[in-house]
Amino acid sequence: MALAHIDITQGDLSRRGFLRVGATVSGGLLLSLSLSFASRESEAASSDNFEPNAFIRIGGDGQIVLTMPYVEMGQGTYTSIPMLIAEELEVGLNQVRLEHAPPNEKLYVNPLLGVQATGNSNAIRGAWEPLRKAGATARTMLIAAAAKRWSVDPSSCRVQNGEVHHQASGRSLGYGALAADAARMPVPENVTLKKPADFKLIGTPAKRLDTPAKINGTAVYGIDIRPPGVKIATLAQSPVFGGRVKRVDDTAAKAINGVRQIVQLDDAVAVVADHMGAAKKGLAALKIEWDDGPHANLSTSDIARELESATTKPGAVAQTIGDADKAMAGAATKLEAVYQAPFLAHATMEPMNCTVYFRKDECEIWIGSQAVARVQAMAAKAAGLPPEKVMVHNQLIGGGFGRRLEADGAVRAVEIAKQVDGPVKVVWTREEDIQHDAYRPYWFDRISAGLDEQGRPIAWNHRFAGSSVIARWLPPGFANGLDPDSTEGAIDLVYDLPNFHVEYARVEPPGITTGFWRSVGPSHNVFVTESFIDEMAAVAKQDAVAYRRALLGKSPRAKAVLDLAAEKAGWGQALPKGSGRGVSLQFVFGSYMAQVAEVEVSKEGAVRVRRVVCAMDCGTVVNPNTVQAQIQSGINFGVTAALYGEITLKNGRVEQANFDTYQMLRMNEAPAIEVHVVGSSEPPGGMGETGTSAIVPAIANAVYAATGKRLRKMPIDPALLKQA
Amino acid sequence: MAFEVTINEDRHSIDVDGDTPLLWVLRDVLGMTGTKFGCGMALCGACTVHINGEAVRSCITSIDSIGDAKVTTIEAIGKTPAGQKIQAAWLDREVPQCGYCQSGQIMSASALLASNPRPTDSDIDDAMSGNVCRCGTYVRIREAIKQAAQSGG
Repeated sequence: MALAHIDITQGDLSRRGFLRVGATVSGGLLLSLSLSFASRESEAASSDNFEPNAFIRIGGDGQIVLTMPYVEMGQGTYTSIPMLIAEELEVGLNQVRLEHAPPNEKLYVNPLLGVQATGNSNAIRGAWEPLRKAGATARTMLIAAAAKRWSVDPSSCRVQNGEVHHQASGRSLGYGALAADAARMPVPENVTLKKPADFKLIGTPAKRLDTPAKINGTAVYGIDIRPPGVKIATLAQSPVFGGRVKRVDDTAAKAINGVRQIVQLDDAVAVVADHMGAAKKGLAALKIEWDDGPHANLSTSDIARELESATTKPGAVAQTIGDADKAMAGAATKLEAVYQAPFLAHATMEPMNCTVYFRKDECEIWIGSQAVARVQAMAAKAAGLPPEKVMVHNQLIGGGFGRRLEADGAVRAVEIAKQVDGPVKVVWTREEDIQHDAYRPYWFDRISAGLDEQGRPIAWNHRFAGSSVIARWLPPGFANGLDPDSTEGAIDLVYDLPNFHVEYARVEPPGITTGFWRSVGPSHNVFVTESFIDEMAAVAKQDAVAYRRALLGKSPRAKAVLDLAAEKAGWGQALPKGSGRGVSLQFVFGSYMAQVAEVEVSKEGAVRVRRVVCAMDCGTVVNPNTVQAQIQSGINFGVTAALYGEITLKNGRVEQANFDTYQMLRMNEAPAIEVHVVGSSEPPGGMGETGTSAIVPAIANAVYAATGKRLRKMPIDPALLKQA
Repeated sequence: MAFEVTINEDRHSIDVDGDTPLLWVLRDVLGMTGTKFGCGMALCGACTVHINGEAVRSCITSIDSIGDAKVTTIEAIGKTPAGQKIQAAWLDREVPQCGYCQSGQIMSASALLASNPRPTDSDIDDAMSGNVCRCGTYVRIREAIKQAAQSGG
């Protein structure tokens, strides 16, 4: 464990309550941070219950090591987080090394999620202030140590390239040589953060530290772990959620060369073998009889009907402004619509997998997880061991998107490993991965608006029904019938809407586990609200950009991104017949974004997204290179969902199984994407998910512009767009 | 039964059933984990390797079909001129995000560049549309292939 050798021999707690400074046993400088305190300073704790969750060590060799609660899953956090520290310490990015945090829910809590997890686009948002303050504190103390040694005024010293310099005498000392002394300096009460104008790293395109290993096959993901003697297992889980194994005939499977063992669980069967080829062959040879259980006849249409019915009854009030019903009664024009968004699988490129070595009184786990403390807790329960007897080694993640916030794969692997002598790697087939996901909830929305004689909105009523992921995943987050995720993007809109009312009804689909899926609540809310604003503009016979623009009096940052996207996209310029442009605008995850999508609809109704222009204001950009990449990524993720994404159930079974039936966007279909970032010195907003929620309505609105047909149900059904 | 195969210029004797896909021989028998499993049905390209310089999906290539052919994997593609250019462009353009599909992307792109030093957009579409990237790095993949093609040779 990374922290085992650290011992705080002395400590001095900053009065601001988020930082402790001390020495390491090897004579280095150690800063311990409590990020949750720093992000809510009104709750700053007293020194006796200080619980740090991030550590910065400056060793005698001058190397700076950062231990953080966030994981790398492709979003570039392992590069952008060290940039914050390096900036204030005036060192190069190559002088900061980042270590995975071991699982400890108490220590590595994510300040914005309240648990140890990486999700909701908030790594940079949570770390922005405290990490820079910690860096500035260390810098101040290193200067103080040098000034003391030279008997000079600290203000006559400056730092550069990991050294403290005294210009007048030409002396300089490296951080390594000063670290031990610095640890004994008083902790400054107030530190000065660098001004944005003086940033050398923040805002510059930094090279990602994890790229070299990802282009030559040496990067190790969870699925690549090979403890000595490891066996490979693959499994079949009950095809109907809640079903059980009735009978297994494993005679043929056991006869296959390389198959070692068949493991039977209540609701799954696994084949353990020397290699995955034999395990898959063994699985195909098993004759399993299932008891389908209570959900044997479940279908997606049943679930949709139940959700629809929930939207005819009052839900929990998420936000209300003015009096929407009264204003509606006096409206010159009224419009109403229902929208639907399907269940979606994550389909990470790395299928679910987990390696477990279960021994008599302890258990070792190798996995790529967005929530390693959750893995530890749930695996311990499955193993029947106390959490401290479960060691979790977190690995690189071959795609998270929310799927790896779940611990079901680890639980399964422990259940299997308990019956296997030696380490076993449980690898799900793609079919299992698609058919046993924690799906993005199915949503049903009913929405209406009233317009005055000029077409301006005077009333907005929105009620939607669907599963609350938070209620299962983080129960305290669900209160009074609401949770912050389900409603994000449906409330606190950027527009001036004087009479506004939004209700949410939680309805859980029977037997189906729902989960966080890239862009979470906004993945459906922004689709609905931004499609509906477009409907309002059309009813008012006004241009979609101009209509939105007139409602942005209170949102200058929103107006700026809308104007920029429209300008760069050539909004208003003619397009060939069958093509159209659509716009969307949102403020979610702390970032403003506008997108203009350009689509082409064939006579057969096939939609091709040609070009996407995106303008965003995500506050201060830490690593522009990563921001560009994440927006492109989020957009393609959303285009995939709009064109193809749909998980359906029939007779209790998921109908999709692999990339032929659950399609992904490919190179030949991928749009040209332009990302324009509006400069801003506001605190950083999230950007890992924003691209996904904004693109879906932009496409739907573009299809309307091209065909006059309004798409209120995702994914796009080409049959609706086919020309007669 | 045992099969003799040549992988990255090394000879290996492998004792598995003849219908065992090359993917699992590489990953689980030989421990060469750079080649990735994505779908098992040649639908995603994550498992792409070269056989005699041609891009093939190792998840549906049985070990008994290889014979004397030469297998090249991501671990050794940097030793070929096209592979070297592709890797350099991938690094420079910072293509990978999660990175899981990139071994397969690089293998497909290297095979393209080796047979077609000046690929057009449509050539790139044809060669690369069998490789899925869930992180959606397609914009940078296209740029990187073009950059590699321009890097001389």
